[in-house]
Amino acid sequence: MSSIHANKINPTRIHRSQFKYYLFLISLSAFMILPIIFMFSQSLKPINELFLYPPRFFVENPTFKNFYDLFNVTSVTVIPMTRFLFNSIVVTGSIVFLSITISAMAGFALSKLEFKGKKLLFEVNIIALMFVSAAVTIPRYFVVDIIGLTDNFLGHIIPVLAMPVGLFLIKQFVDQIPNEIIQSASIDGATNFTIFRKIVIPVIMPAMATVSILAFQMAWNNTETSEIYMNKETLRTFAFYMTTLTGNLENKVAGQGIAAAAALIMFVPNLIIFIFMQSRVIDTMAHSGIK
Amino acid sequence: MKMVMKKSVRRELEALFFVWPFVLTFVFFIVIPVIVAIYLSFTYFNTIQPPEFIGLKNYVNLLTQDNVFMMFVLPNTFKFSLIVGPGGYILSFWLAWLLAQIPKRSRSVLTLIIYSPSMTAAVAMSVVWLVVFSGDASGYLNSFLMGLGIIHEPIQWTQSPHYLMYIMITVTLWNSMGIGFLAMLAGMLNVNQELYEAGYIDGINNRLQEVWYITIPSMKPQMLFGAVMAVVGTFQAGDIGVTLSGSNPTPQYAGQVIVNHIADYGFIRYDMGYASAISVVLLVVVYGLSKICWRLFAEKD
Repeated sequence: MSSIHANKINPTRIHRSQFKYYLFLISLSAFMILPIIFMFSQSLKPINELFLYPPRFFVENPTFKNFYDLFNVTSVTVIPMTRFLFNSIVVTGSIVFLSITISAMAGFALSKLEFKGKKLLFEVNIIALMFVSAAVTIPRYFVVDIIGLTDNFLGHIIPVLAMPVGLFLIKQFVDQIPNEIIQSASIDGATNFTIFRKIVIPVIMPAMATVSILAFQMAWNNTETSEIYMNKETLRTFAFYMTTLTGNLENKVAGQGIAAAAALIMFVPNLIIFIFMQSRVIDTMAHSGIK
Repeated sequence: MKMVMKKSVRRELEALFFVWPFVLTFVFFIVIPVIVAIYLSFTYFNTIQPPEFIGLKNYVNLLTQDNVFMMFVLPNTFKFSLIVGPGGYILSFWLAWLLAQIPKRSRSVLTLIIYSPSMTAAVAMSVVWLVVFSGDASGYLNSFLMGLGIIHEPIQWTQSPHYLMYIMITVTLWNSMGIGFLAMLAGMLNVNQELYEAGYIDGINNRLQEVWYITIPSMKPQMLFGAVMAVVGTFQAGDIGVTLSGSNPTPQYAGQVIVNHIADYGFIRYDMGYASAISVVLLVVVYGLSKICWRLFAEKD
């Protein structure tokens, strides 16, 4: 029996027998984290270290000059970088808020209300989990164009709101709420909207946090809407601006520091949000299974 | 009777209130584009003249005339997907399993580290990869390998037809610990502990048997979710070759996979009908592969 307890999955404390797992994990994660460390290091390098031969991995005399240049120099366009950053923040904020709202509402209905086409919607959504959006870039563009969302700020937001994964995760989570609770609230005269707001939302907070992370990553990292739907430079986002920095980057040594600084600005918000939400994500994902 | 009718109509309307925003955006930007893609795949459409119906010609051309597709795109897609898909999936499972063997506090830190390359946009990561794989002597990888004496002349990594595919695979594996990885980790942590104890009493005597007979069967739904996400992610990730080499088509089509072929016909040659036919093939392939995963992991009851 002792061997079972020593090897337990999800152990509560550190034990000598876990040493081998730590050995694997620490060396693997040290390897995995290399590009991220490199990104940090590169963004802090002064210009002479970027040109150094042979190149060094770590920065020696860190400086914030690259960030300063990124904010002040408009090398590619005449539009200041802060404009793209502002667009990204507004777009991402709106997508996260709207997308979790519509997913939560639909997830509640799909799990607890009865209506025609309920089964169909769930099944179509399961199929949509396998949807490769890159395959329909072109027809999607036609739809966006016909509705009049090209060169329109809403064109960043509305086309990406429906997230099949989001609806799926939230629906699985709402399933955990016993029907009796909903029924008794209904008998007490609560409307569906009150039930949704007072009972369902508080319980599905972890799932909503998870979906908001996924929506955040999808929106913040999205270059497609700027590239395809927006012709006006001023409407484009920071992620798109990044792609202009990486063009021919191998031969633009001086630009590498600035590009790394921009990449860091792309990366850090993802990191911070995940740190705050990690345990909720794991909670939600426990219910993520497709049965 | 009238009362009942009224009640059911009311019920429908109330449900509709909750589902309409999702259904509307879902239909407009997922369902309709798929239908339009299917329709366009039977037409010749150059975006200037209206689409002209040509039947199955696009599909016939794809299978019989398109040398680039047969010689490069298909084998490349096959190679890339076969390594990145199952490879990334197995790697995710293995890392999740290792993480499940250690206590929560250190697990959180290591999960964050392993997940962090996957949460970052491909475009931000490409800043790192382009510099590392830079083609002159001062490129990081070139300089490192020359320092060790493994190579004597710098290699144009991302422009080289020999190396581009391998670089694409390595880079994609690096950030394939995505949502499926998190799902499998969560599934693993929620396996009932008593099952393990019962298993050992029933004669399981090593950890491999434990994984095979207890862990995997108890987390099949998460295994399936992870597998579907791996399939979709793999086909979605193909853009990386164009990002790395900076051109579509990629040098000598070395990194050309199916999504690049679609973009090539759609946005460079403006042959929307043909591009749509390739899209439909892609959607069908992804659907088929996901169905195979279903067969493997669906709960049989």
